[in-house]
Amino acid sequence: MLNRRNFLTAAVGVAAAGGLAACAKEDEGSSTSSSGGSGGGKKLTLGFSQVGSESGWRSANTDSVKASAKEAGYNLKFSDAQQKQENQISAIRSFIAQKVDVIAFSPVVVTGWDAVLKEAKAKKIPVVLTDRSVETSDESLYVTLVGSDFTDEGRRAAKILEKVLEKAGHKGAVKIAQLEGTTGAAPAIERAKGFKEVMDADHKDDWKIVVSQTGDFTRAGGKQVMAAFLQSNPDIDVLFAHNDDMGIGAIQAIEAAGKKPGKDILIVTVDGVKDGFVAMSEGKINAIVECNPLLGPQLMEVVQKVKDGETVERWIKTEESDFMQDQAKEVLPSRKY
Amino acid sequence: MTTTPRWRALTHHHLFWPVAVLVVLLLVNVPFTPDFFSIRMTNGHLHGSLVSIVLFGSPLILVAVGMTLVIATGGIDLSVGAVVAITGALTCSYISDQSDQSALSGVFLAMGIGLLAAVICGLWNGFLVARMGIQPIIATLIIMVAGRGVAQLITDGQIITVNSEPFKMIGGGYWLTLPFSIFVVAVVVAVTVMLTRRTALGLLVESVGGNAEASRLVGIRSRRIKIMVYVFCAVCAGIAGLMISSNTSAADGNNAGLWIELDAILAVVIGGTSLLGGRFSIGGTVVGALVIQTLTTTIYTIGVPTQTNLVFKAAVVIVVCLLQSPKFRAKVFRGKFGTKPGAKGGTGQPAAAPADTAPAPEAAPKMEVS
Repeated sequence: MLNRRNFLTAAVGVAAAGGLAACAKEDEGSSTSSSGGSGGGKKLTLGFSQVGSESGWRSANTDSVKASAKEAGYNLKFSDAQQKQENQISAIRSFIAQKVDVIAFSPVVVTGWDAVLKEAKAKKIPVVLTDRSVETSDESLYVTLVGSDFTDEGRRAAKILEKVLEKAGHKGAVKIAQLEGTTGAAPAIERAKGFKEVMDADHKDDWKIVVSQTGDFTRAGGKQVMAAFLQSNPDIDVLFAHNDDMGIGAIQAIEAAGKKPGKDILIVTVDGVKDGFVAMSEGKINAIVECNPLLGPQLMEVVQKVKDGETVERWIKTEESDFMQDQAKEVLPSRKY
Repeated sequence: MTTTPRWRALTHHHLFWPVAVLVVLLLVNVPFTPDFFSIRMTNGHLHGSLVSIVLFGSPLILVAVGMTLVIATGGIDLSVGAVVAITGALTCSYISDQSDQSALSGVFLAMGIGLLAAVICGLWNGFLVARMGIQPIIATLIIMVAGRGVAQLITDGQIITVNSEPFKMIGGGYWLTLPFSIFVVAVVVAVTVMLTRRTALGLLVESVGGNAEASRLVGIRSRRIKIMVYVFCAVCAGIAGLMISSNTSAADGNNAGLWIELDAILAVVIGGTSLLGGRFSIGGTVVGALVIQTLTTTIYTIGVPTQTNLVFKAAVVIVVCLLQSPKFRAKVFRGKFGTKPGAKGGTGQPAAAPADTAPAPEAAPKMEVS
């Protein structure tokens, strides 16, 4: 399959290569100058390789990492992998060559990291994963993962749905429609799993997922699928969407069918992007489970600890909250993404 | 079964198989959704599955109609998905910068800018194919790959939400109780049919597709015709881009029109246009696009499990393509549908078989100069 951003990748690749070369030079200079001072007060250097810039969530994530590195006074070497593993591996290799203090990256894919991570280990450079995990034969190849627990987001969605139903005064059987994310994507699989877990445990008799289909995490997908759902199952009580964008698309389909989103059909979504909060403040979404991209501050904290040789947990979960409709207006102005 | 002449004539019509498949697909929904065909009034407009199919299928019909003419000249345009994304991105980002997003002048200007970008993309494709002699699949690949990056640059990787009632009209609004997009599609299809079948233009397009060099030698400006169809295709994609972004009131540079080029090519093939060029059927393409959209809707309504969506789609597409092939029908049906084994001449255009087995459709005589 063709990567739709080959051209950009090439352009960015050239720019990045130039940038890295420049960084390397600068680094040499600084290391020779600080070698006399036995490292005292030397800036910590963090190499960070991002997945790409495929969504608003990701852009917010990038901004957060950059801003908090600056705030912490670290020397950040940032590289954008443009969704390609080979770019990411070469970025990590160049971080190793530059002898950065800590390497952090958001893996593009789950497997295929052993070789490059072993190189980092051989040079005694600790590796921190952010947002997504990797599968590896040797657990010691990375120190920790800073990121969201998607399964828990699914569980939280189910829990907050209980509150939503109670508030709406809904009694008896609940017919749920689910808009899944891209088939095979970790957030889609795990959010569905977490939701089902709680449902099977606490609401085996009264809740039922009557329809479930992928909306590809997009607004257009959410709208089209929901329009079809409303035809085949006009009596849906609840919509659980794996992200805000599909929820926003579904809202339009519900309105086109002459129903009131947030009243006739209760809506719970995951993510918490700005447009989601706008829809919630209009009363069209009932609750949002946050999936926080702003993990920069937590990452910097972990990086410092790792550098100082402290032990950290294997999985540091992102600080996230759940929001009900009545909080929407108050939270909305502070949403950054 | 005996084959009466009337039945024979019917099954030999080039639209018979695409329409038959469409009808079967629609009927499949009935056991799962008993009121599938019911259409009711909601909030002053019609609402129902059929309306949804046409509404959500409109962008695909447009793109496929443009694609039909390109394919008729023996070319192919892979860049339409990217053009969809660019047009939507430019238009929405312009509208979102306005202080009054609902101002008609601003909306028209924004759509003009978007469509202008589409025309430029079309000119570029046409220039590469007709003037530089680059293979169409390679020439249009450039914008397919780079264009989405451009769209992302325009939107800054974000989804741009607009709040403009007039803009919402083109892809998500209703007029005379029907989705407005139906009227847009009707106008584009009508104009295309008029231009290609009531003037010599269609003949010229087919002649260029049949043999570009021979056409040039008899005095047809084949290069100009080629550039024209690529521009036309890009404009169709541009209008589709306006519809898609208008439908959700948002421009999504990453996902708008993603893989629509493949659906469009499929629609063209299902409609009976030969990928070898030299003949085309606009009506067939419209039916083909409706088949694909109905298939998508069917998957959602009958509750195919998510993981098997694509397998289901693939199975149906394979069946449709086989039905389109006269050779396959001859083998399987043994003349039941009027096609005797080994007989020359099928109904529609074979999907993958060489073009020499099917007669030229309608009023368009095939010009083959060799």
